[in-house]
Amino acid sequence: MRMDKRPSRAVRAGAAVAAAALLAAGCGDGGPNGEGGGEVVLEGVDDGTTLTMWTRAATEAQSQALVDAYNASHENQIELTVIPTDDYQTRVGTAAGNQELPDLFALDVVFAPNFTTAGAYLDITDRIDSLEFKDALAPSHLDVGTVDDRQYLVPHTLDLSVLFYNKALYAQAGLDPEQPPTTLAEFAEHARAVDALGGDVNGTFFGGNCGGCFVFTWWPTLWAEGVEVMNEEGTASLLDSPEAQELYATYRGLVEDGAVAPGHNEETGATWVSLFPEGNIGVMPMPSTMLGLMPEDLDIGVAPIPGLTGGQSTFVGGDSIGISANSEHANQAWDFLRWSLEEEQQVELLAANGDVMARTDLGDNEYYADNPNAVIMNDLVQVGRTPYSLNFGQTFNDPQGPWLPLVREAVYGEAGADLADLNGDVTASLAN
Amino acid sequence: MRHSRKLAGALYAAPVAVFVLVFFIAPLLLVGRMSASDWPLLAGDLGLNMPDNYTGIADNPLFWPAVGFTLKYTGIVVVLLIGLSLLLALIVADRRKGTGFFRTAYFLPTTLGLASASLLFFGFYSPAIGPLDPLLEALGLGPVSWLGTPTAALWSTVVLIVWKFAGFFMIILLVGLQSIPPDVYEAARLDGANRWQSFRHVTVPLLRPALGLVLILSVTGSLLAFDQFFILTKGGPDNSTVTVVQLIYREAFQRFDLGAAAAISVVVLAALVVVNIGQLRALRKDT
Repeated sequence: MRMDKRPSRAVRAGAAVAAAALLAAGCGDGGPNGEGGGEVVLEGVDDGTTLTMWTRAATEAQSQALVDAYNASHENQIELTVIPTDDYQTRVGTAAGNQELPDLFALDVVFAPNFTTAGAYLDITDRIDSLEFKDALAPSHLDVGTVDDRQYLVPHTLDLSVLFYNKALYAQAGLDPEQPPTTLAEFAEHARAVDALGGDVNGTFFGGNCGGCFVFTWWPTLWAEGVEVMNEEGTASLLDSPEAQELYATYRGLVEDGAVAPGHNEETGATWVSLFPEGNIGVMPMPSTMLGLMPEDLDIGVAPIPGLTGGQSTFVGGDSIGISANSEHANQAWDFLRWSLEEEQQVELLAANGDVMARTDLGDNEYYADNPNAVIMNDLVQVGRTPYSLNFGQTFNDPQGPWLPLVREAVYGEAGADLADLNGDVTASLAN
Repeated sequence: MRHSRKLAGALYAAPVAVFVLVFFIAPLLLVGRMSASDWPLLAGDLGLNMPDNYTGIADNPLFWPAVGFTLKYTGIVVVLLIGLSLLLALIVADRRKGTGFFRTAYFLPTTLGLASASLLFFGFYSPAIGPLDPLLEALGLGPVSWLGTPTAALWSTVVLIVWKFAGFFMIILLVGLQSIPPDVYEAARLDGANRWQSFRHVTVPLLRPALGLVLILSVTGSLLAFDQFFILTKGGPDNSTVTVVQLIYREAFQRFDLGAAAAISVVVLAALVVVNIGQLRALRKDT
C-alpha cells in the first residue's frame, strides 16, 4: 500500500491490524468467511475484469476451448496459463504457500484434498447450491472437493478409465467384436486370444512401473466388485484383500504368458497410452480422453472396466476447478465457472469433441447420437468413483511411494507373496 | 583520492555483491531456517521444530540406499568421464586434417540441455516409441530392457551422461594439453623417454590443474544428479536409482514437507563442502 501523506501512528496501526485480518482471512481454513471479493453475487459478475487461471498441460485442450469461448462472449477476460503436467504440483504448491495463486486454478482431482484442507480454495458452497443443475454435476468430483460439508470445487474436465478394444483384432482372433469383456476373467481370456495371433500383436498392455496408472486402471475392477480400496477416511489401505490379490494374479498370469506387450515392467507412465493407437494391442484400460485421439482408420470399441465377476466401474479422474482463497475477483471467477457448466458449453465444447461432460444430465445430445462410445463413457460418471485421501499423491502417485512396491511385488515378485507388510506400508503413508 | 578509488572499487563490486547476496546468501539462510522449522509447502512456516527435520533423515528408509547409490553412480561416472574425455582430448590435441570436425562432433552434445538430452535418450530407450528395440530385434538381438532392471537403468543413464559431458571435459583437458610447452616433450625425448613415459611423466603432471578442475566438476555434478534420473527412471525400477537430490524433491513436492527437504539439502551441502575441500587439498599437496 502506498500513501502520499504520512499517516499518523494510529492510522498505521489500524492499517496493520486490517492487513493482518485480511491475511488471516486469506490463509485461514477457507471457511465461509474466506471471501476475497466482498459481497457474494450468486450469478457471477461480468464487468470487464481480467482474471488469471492456471491449468496443467494434460487438460489444456478442454480448458483452452472453454476460455476462448468465454473471452469471446464476455467482458471479463481470462488469461490462461498452461503449466507442464509434471511441474504443476510444484508450481501450484509453491504459489499456495506464498499466497500467489491465480484467481482460478484447476487441479488433478486426486490432489484436491491437499489444497482444500490447506485453505487454498474459496468456499463456494452457496454458489454451487444456487445452480439449478447442481445435482447433475459429476458426483464423485463434488465429494472429493468437499470438506466438512463445505464445497470448494466443481468438475472441470473429466477423464475416466475405460476399456478400449481393437475390433479388427477381435475379429481376427475369432472373438465377437460387439461383445467386450464383462468380467476380469473374460478380459484375460480375450487378451490371450488376441495375443495368440502372434507377430507384432499383443493381448494387452499396462504401465507396470507407474503407480498412478495402476490406480486409474485397476481399482475400478475392485469397485465394480463392491470392494473398497481404502477405508472411508482414506487413512487405511485395503489393497491386500482376497479380491485385490485375485486382480493382481490375473494380470500376473497375463505377464507370465507373454500376453502383455514388451516394456510393461519399465513403463513409468510417460508412454503407456501410445501403444494401443498403433493398432497392435487387443484390449486395455485407458483414459477416456484418448477417444478423440484415436486414428480414424482404427476400428475401436469402448466398454466399462468390469469387476472380477461382473459389474462395472471407472476411476473418475481429470481436473476439478475452484476459486483461489486469495482471489479478489471471486464473483467474476464464479461467472466463468457457472458459465462453463451450462448446457450449451458442455454440449458444444465438450460433447462435440467426444469428451466426457462434467454433468450427467446431458447425455441425450446430437453429438453423442453418432458417438456410442462417448455415451458409454458419459454414463459411467454416475457410477464411477474418485478416491479420497489427504495423502493420495505421496502414497499412490509418487514413484517412491509405498503403493508401487506392493503392486509390483504382487505382479512381478514371488508368486503368492504375502502382501500384508507392504499393505501396512501403504496404510502408514496414508495415516501419516 | 585514495578514498574515491576505494569507493569506485566498492561500486564496481557492488552488483556482484548484490547478486551473491540475493541469489546465494539469502536462499542459503532461508534453507537453514526452513530446515529448523515445521514448514509444509501449502501452509508455510509453522514455527521452529529443531531438530525434528534432521533426526527424521535417519528414519527415512530411502536415505541410506540413496546415499549409497549416489556414491556408486558418482564413482562410475567420474572414472568413465575423465578417462574418456582425456582420451578424446589426446586424439584431437594435434592439428591434423579433420581435427576440427572431430572436436566439434565430440563437443556437440554439450550444447544440449540435460533435460532435453534425457528426454531424447528416454525416447531412444523406450520400448513403446523408441527406434532401438525394433532395430535390435531386426538383427535378432532384442528386445533389450534398457531401463527395466536396476543394472540396466544405471548403465543406460551413465551412457547418457558420458555422451553428454565427455566433450565438455575434453575441451578443458584440451586447453590443458595445449598449455604444455613443446620444449618439455622435446627435452623428454632427448632424455630417451618413450611415448608412454612422456605421457606418464610429462603430460599427466602438467595436466594436473585441468584434471583437478574436471574432477571437481564431475564429482560435484554427479553427487547432485537429478534431471537424468527424474526423466529416465523416476528412481525405479523398485527404487534402485533414487539419488539424494531426488529425495529432496520428493520431500518438498510429493510429501509437501519443505522442512524435511531443507534439512537434507543442508546435509548434502555440508557433505559437498567437505568433499571439495578434500579434493582441493589433495590436488594442491603434490604440486
